[in-house]
Amino acid sequence: MTTLTTPHHGDIPHESNTIPSTGIDAPVVVGLCAEYDDVTAVLEAAEKVRDAGYRHWDVYSPFPIHGIDAAMGIRPTILPWLVLCMGLTGCVFGISMTAWINAFAITMPKPFDWVNLQGYQFLISGKPIWSIQANIPVIFECTVLFSALTAVFGMLLLNKLPMLYNPLFKLEMFRRATSDRFFIALDAGDARFTHEGAKELLESTGALKIETIED
Amino acid sequence: MATIYSNPSTTIFREVDNTIEAPGQRAPLVVGGRNFTSVTDVVTDVNLKPAPLGWYIGFACAVTMLGVYLTSVAYLLTTGVGVWGNNNSVDWAFDIINFVFWVGIGHAGTLISAILYLFRQNWRTGINRFAEAMTIFAVVCAGLYPALHIGRVWCAYWLFPIPNQMAMWPQTRSPLWWDVFAVSTYATVSMLFWYVGMLPDLATLRDRTKSRVAQVAYSVVSLGWTGSCRHWHRFERAYLLLAALATPLVLSVHSIVSFDFATSQVPGWHTTLFPPYFVAGAIFGGFAMVLVLAIPAREWFGMKDIITIRHIDNCAKVMLGTGMIVSYSYAMELFIAWYGGNHYEQAEFLFRAKDGPYAFSFWCLIFCNAVVPQLLWFKKFRLNPWPLFLIANIGNIGMWWERFVIIVQSLNRTFLPSAWRLYWPSYVDLAMFAGSFGLFFTLFLLFCRFLPIVAMAEVKSIMPEAHAHHKEPHKQTADQAAGDFRPDEHHKPVRH
Repeated sequence: MTTLTTPHHGDIPHESNTIPSTGIDAPVVVGLCAEYDDVTAVLEAAEKVRDAGYRHWDVYSPFPIHGIDAAMGIRPTILPWLVLCMGLTGCVFGISMTAWINAFAITMPKPFDWVNLQGYQFLISGKPIWSIQANIPVIFECTVLFSALTAVFGMLLLNKLPMLYNPLFKLEMFRRATSDRFFIALDAGDARFTHEGAKELLESTGALKIETIED
Repeated sequence: MATIYSNPSTTIFREVDNTIEAPGQRAPLVVGGRNFTSVTDVVTDVNLKPAPLGWYIGFACAVTMLGVYLTSVAYLLTTGVGVWGNNNSVDWAFDIINFVFWVGIGHAGTLISAILYLFRQNWRTGINRFAEAMTIFAVVCAGLYPALHIGRVWCAYWLFPIPNQMAMWPQTRSPLWWDVFAVSTYATVSMLFWYVGMLPDLATLRDRTKSRVAQVAYSVVSLGWTGSCRHWHRFERAYLLLAALATPLVLSVHSIVSFDFATSQVPGWHTTLFPPYFVAGAIFGGFAMVLVLAIPAREWFGMKDIITIRHIDNCAKVMLGTGMIVSYSYAMELFIAWYGGNHYEQAEFLFRAKDGPYAFSFWCLIFCNAVVPQLLWFKKFRLNPWPLFLIANIGNIGMWWERFVIIVQSLNRTFLPSAWRLYWPSYVDLAMFAGSFGLFFTLFLLFCRFLPIVAMAEVKSIMPEAHAHHKEPHKQTADQAAGDFRPDEHHKPVRH
């Protein structure tokens, strides 16, 4: 769930003092963003937003905040399971690869014989053709390689990165989200979002500054 | 007992000696009155302000040495491996010594980023970024040696199991082939670890630079990172998984490097001691290199509040600990040679230490790796950066001699006296070795100029201000009182 990816035309009341929400080129309000300068303040604010029942919202911080997952109601990611699956795949890949290239001498059947995949079956110093001991290092490295690639690219995929365009980047104050300030952004796509209601909620959390996010 | 590090939640540490051990109290790891803003400032200034003159001088020297490296590689490729001093008995020499030397240096970076992460050693955050960079550049220097050693470098792809028209496959039971997998996996995983950890800091640079070109470049490499806590959640999990994967990986890599020797029959190589001995040696040499890089860096880049004297002290302690393991291994090698009763092994060790023309190299390694590090028992030496810098350099030199002793001294006296031949490096060997430092420092100085050299996000997360303190006692909900508080269950967010 990424906030602020789609503009929502219908949610903004017409008497809103921000930019009109109609028209092709006119900016559309996609959410509200509040700034905080303190970890405690943003944690307590996150709890309030969570308790108000918002679902499409996010907290932005320059470093991972301890306890924010509970304060926001984030459920554990499925990433470890993906990594486990791909690690086992890597393990099986390592076993089959070493067995294929050193323990079998099978010629590829007819439709696939355009590529020479025939393995060797060669004897070295009277050692077994294939044994787990001799191949453990390669199998282990394959397991680690598959798992690590999954951990990184799985994380990026689940986070929907790379995503170079983000309406949040239009806010001047948001530049400090990667340095020393904390932000809460409520997405206008949330069922509970109304401009006034959201503003009131953020004001009640003691935000330093509240700005409208436009796209 | 007096509170030495009083109330860390409210105090910003200015003048504090954070090397004092106060049981039950956490020593501050960021000093000098730094807050989040000034940590960002001091780290990004390195990249965003014009480079100091010293950087240009250093870079010019490094690029000159890189030129020496490239010239000698070009000469090697156009002429053949005969330009090296290797001969039919000592067929592994500078190429493999330098491979093991560089790959060993890399290990400290992974130890800091992965193993110390799993052990929750928060002091790692000050030094992990450039230690990881050191790992990657050291592995680059290392990996080039075996690739060049094969002679016909254009056939290097034969090392990988690629289906080919010759129906030719590698021999999977060979330790050299295990090495191909170990080193290439290690290089890949180190690179991923480094890059992933750097994403948030690249985003910081993106948000702070004023130059349009830099903005676009940092935007692309930071992939649109916003600091979203939903992203942080998966990021932290991925980071933990990478650390858990890199920990056995780093131990496996130098173990497998040691198998290149230990699985052979050569006297002096055929020993079960090698894997732990090599790993400890790698960490010893790697921490020496970390100190060699950290001590000038904290001085020149004004990082003394982030890479504090406590960090330096800790690195010195790791050097001392692993140095003791290495010294024990030297003693055990000699003991087993005597106790094992193998005549060839005994002759080999007498040759190493007493009778041979290379005996100086053995005593050089004993002096550098077993004697000099004993100074680190004294706090005076651990807390004085420049004497420590000297000790670390001596440690690096000692580790190079260790590989020389293992490789050249064993190969030049094998079973048949008719095959005994001495080895001396040619000037191409020496130029390539010196030049590989040029490659390393060129990459390292470019890294210092263009990438965040301290993991800002991680440093901030271990500062006292990063932890929330509820102003009033937390109100318990009915669910909490029942001991079953699952805030996410009330809202049922989409699983992601």
